[in-house]
Amino acid sequence: MSSAVALRAKTYILIALIVLSASAGNILLSMGMKQLGAVRVASAMGLVKLFMEIFSNGWIWMGIGAMLLYLGCFMVVLSWADYSYVAPASATVYAVVPLVGHFLLGEKVAPLHWAGVLIICVGVGLVRHTAPSTTRQE
Amino acid sequence: MTLRTAAFLAITVLANTGGEISMTHAMKSIGEVKNFEPAALFAVLRRALRSRWMWLAIGLLAVGFFSLLTLLSWADVSLVIPATALSYVVGGLGAKFLLGERLSPARWAGIVLVALGVALVCTG
Repeated sequence: MSSAVALRAKTYILIALIVLSASAGNILLSMGMKQLGAVRVASAMGLVKLFMEIFSNGWIWMGIGAMLLYLGCFMVVLSWADYSYVAPASATVYAVVPLVGHFLLGEKVAPLHWAGVLIICVGVGLVRHTAPSTTRQE
Repeated sequence: MTLRTAAFLAITVLANTGGEISMTHAMKSIGEVKNFEPAALFAVLRRALRSRWMWLAIGLLAVGFFSLLTLLSWADVSLVIPATALSYVVGGLGAKFLLGERLSPARWAGIVLVALGVALVCTG
């Protein structure tokens, strides 16, 4: 396997992990927070109680775990790939979250949001075809 | 949009992209990760946490996060969140001028489309 092919392969794998973990993190955190209900904090004691509720929720802990995995993958891929490649490619998350919301959680997605999902996919497609690293020394 | 909203929006976008750019710089100076065994990845994490650039990144990302929270305390979510999609374009400029990345026209076009799409997805 040539070096350029290997570079592209490991970049794709890491970006896929970034998209999966960030999407899972967003969805898990949102499920956890919805379980807690609308937040109303009136006093310092209320704030302490809110924190206790947040950190005793299993979904929230799984969400935090997914977000840490996301951060780790982001750091690793940036050790070789361009920031201007990784950041837009990772925006696939914004297309995945409405799709999961629609197909798995039964949320209603507005037409304008579907247009956004489509435009993101075209944009990511364009970025994906550029060289993942333009600063790498062979 | 009031001046205060614009100022906090600018701080949010600049701190977030600045944080990610300095994280990129930190990771590039550590060097390409080639060994994916847990012990090797842990060593990379230790080196990252010894980098000043990584701590600058953490500081800037924290500033960006709290600036966004502050902004959301008065500004309209349906205006603010889509506007943060500007980060992709600002990030492209930072990558070019601070990190020396070479952005082809195709990459610029992709970045602009992604920013537009994210802004649309985030509208209320």
